[in-house]
Amino acid sequence: MSLFYILIFPGFIFLSLYGLLIEYVDRKLYARFQNRVGPRWYQPLADIIKLASKETIIPRQADNRMFRWIPVFALAAASTSVLYVPIWGTNSASSFDGDILVVMYLLTIPTLTFFLAGWYSKSIFATVGAIRALTQLFAYEVPLLMALLAPALLANTWSFTKMAEFYSHHPLYSVFNIIGFVVAIIAVQGKLERVPFDIPEAETELAGGPFVEYSGRLLAIFRMAIDVEMVVVASIIAAVYIPFFYNAVPVLGFLIYVIKTMFVVLILAAIRSIFARLRIEQMINFCWKYLAPLAILQIIINIIAKGVLK
Amino acid sequence: MGKVVVPVGPQHPALKEPEGFSLTLEGEKVVSATVRLGYNHRGIEKACEERTYTQNIYLIERICGICSHTHSTCFIQCVEELAGVEITSRAAYIRTLVGELERIHSHLLWLGVAGHEIGFDTLFMYSWRDRELVMDLLAMLTGNRVNYGINTIGGVRRDVSSEQIKDILKTVDKLEERTKYYIEVLTQETTIVQRLAGVGRLSKEDAIRLGAAGPTARAAGVKRDTRKDDPYAAYGEVPFEVITDQNSDVLGRGIVRVKELMESYKIIRYVLERLPEGELTVKVPKKIPAGEAISRYEAPRGEDVHYVKSNGTEMPERVKVRAPTLANLSSISHMLEGGYLADVPIIIAAIDPCFSCTDRMITVTDREKDSKSMLDWNKLRAYSIDWHKERGLDFSAISHLREDGR
Repeated sequence: MSLFYILIFPGFIFLSLYGLLIEYVDRKLYARFQNRVGPRWYQPLADIIKLASKETIIPRQADNRMFRWIPVFALAAASTSVLYVPIWGTNSASSFDGDILVVMYLLTIPTLTFFLAGWYSKSIFATVGAIRALTQLFAYEVPLLMALLAPALLANTWSFTKMAEFYSHHPLYSVFNIIGFVVAIIAVQGKLERVPFDIPEAETELAGGPFVEYSGRLLAIFRMAIDVEMVVVASIIAAVYIPFFYNAVPVLGFLIYVIKTMFVVLILAAIRSIFARLRIEQMINFCWKYLAPLAILQIIINIIAKGVLK
Repeated sequence: MGKVVVPVGPQHPALKEPEGFSLTLEGEKVVSATVRLGYNHRGIEKACEERTYTQNIYLIERICGICSHTHSTCFIQCVEELAGVEITSRAAYIRTLVGELERIHSHLLWLGVAGHEIGFDTLFMYSWRDRELVMDLLAMLTGNRVNYGINTIGGVRRDVSSEQIKDILKTVDKLEERTKYYIEVLTQETTIVQRLAGVGRLSKEDAIRLGAAGPTARAAGVKRDTRKDDPYAAYGEVPFEVITDQNSDVLGRGIVRVKELMESYKIIRYVLERLPEGELTVKVPKKIPAGEAISRYEAPRGEDVHYVKSNGTEMPERVKVRAPTLANLSSISHMLEGGYLADVPIIIAAIDPCFSCTDRMITVTDREKDSKSMLDWNKLRAYSIDWHKERGLDFSAISHLREDGR
């Protein structure tokens, strides 16, 4: 059964397919917001197939072994983290007290691999992008973690499953978490490196940043990793902040999950289309000046709420 | 991280044409920047000397894909001055009309590119969608979306009908509405203002000292506009404001451009209301009397200057083109220094560069000897003959290929 969880649902195969679907929805919404037609439904898959069939070029001065393994690490870490996130109903494939922190660690690994990928590419554009990726990590990671811990405090648990259970029994309690929801939505734009926080990739000045030397299959794996990360992030936000309408019937429960994650993707796509890319120092200022205090405020609210309600 | 040198260009996604910027970075800050031109020399000036004046109109029009009307008008003004002809006022009005439509499409294009350079692709898509309106107008008026081919020596080649005037006025109303929206976006949208304000500063003194032209200079408060300073076509009769701004940064350059759009709509309405009756062309002899002339034209990017020397034949002896980008290039390294790497693309884009229109020569850099040299026509000829000889083709026997006839 655990092999089924890891490989098929909610493991690798489901994640890849749903990741491609989410990428399609994101791109289509982004295009419609911009008054464009947008891609067909199979475009993300076609992109991956095309990349996989292309020649993989590894720069001579790059570290060959690291260069090859880094994308695999990114994909593996992102795929593993989904095992602890509730997808159908309030249950996840596996759970223990403290899995919130494990998931957060696992989700940090892709960003670290972006840094390593840029660093080991030994190209000036990739190196600058790598340093930006790491700088950005320190800015959004703290508010994001605090925003996720606040609901956990209120639910008095360190596990996603129990948290989802708690909120499905007390749906009104999630009203307290609105600030955390906003903080998390903004911070994950940094995690997923999307506008206005796509500073490490910054197409116009860095030509793709850490991925500038990647091509072919390796780039395809990176793309998959980012798609999977997006699924995980959308699932986490849905499970933590939108804990309503859980249904025990598998198909219906899954449909509700799809609707919730698509709603998160809609918000993410809207943010992407209404902002310009910030500079790295503006981004860090913003995260520490506004996001982090907001996240602390959320924690304080939840501590008080917990004291008053119990 | 110590100092690193980042090459932006000759091939780089921030640049639409090849140009070399070498940036020395300290962290994210740009310490110094050097510009290298000459990747896109096409030998247009030399080619002009071997074509008749009429053929040259079409060649000159292809100097720039965006301000094509600019270059052809500027060249033709020189030739008309040499020939001593005065075009009819209907022709002058039509030239003004097409010139302003061209300015609108160029500025809207710039707005989109600027949006893209700061990662705001939505603005890019929106402004380019609205630009299609004016492109359609140009296609209706002249038959082409770019390289209109409406100019001829002594006038214009196509008339404007009264139905076309109605269509233009209708579209201009639509565009004006959109432009008002863009002015709002540019001055109020938070992330745009954050990314543009204070970036790429060029003070009024520096703008004058470095010879900046067009919106780059006007954004620094320099009231310099050839349409007012040295009126050509119908600009002497048309009332309009020269837009300046005191921001002296990239934001100011953007504001100047969108506000100039509003002036362009005013000019177009005025021109269409008072379009005088008359012939489209006056007769000009094929052989242009000997002499030299210089003419200026306010391109969307700044002042364009053409020089034509005639020797009394059907072909000019010398044509010299100074595109506005050349005037603005010297201020680029000044604007880049002290800024952030993230601002480099938008600072370069803010002068609305047209690098391939600018290049008039190639310098050959010898990397081993670290020396630079130029090839003149005779040396280039000799080089080419030698080059072919090495590959088994001997042209030196064909006497007319030799300039000196040996």
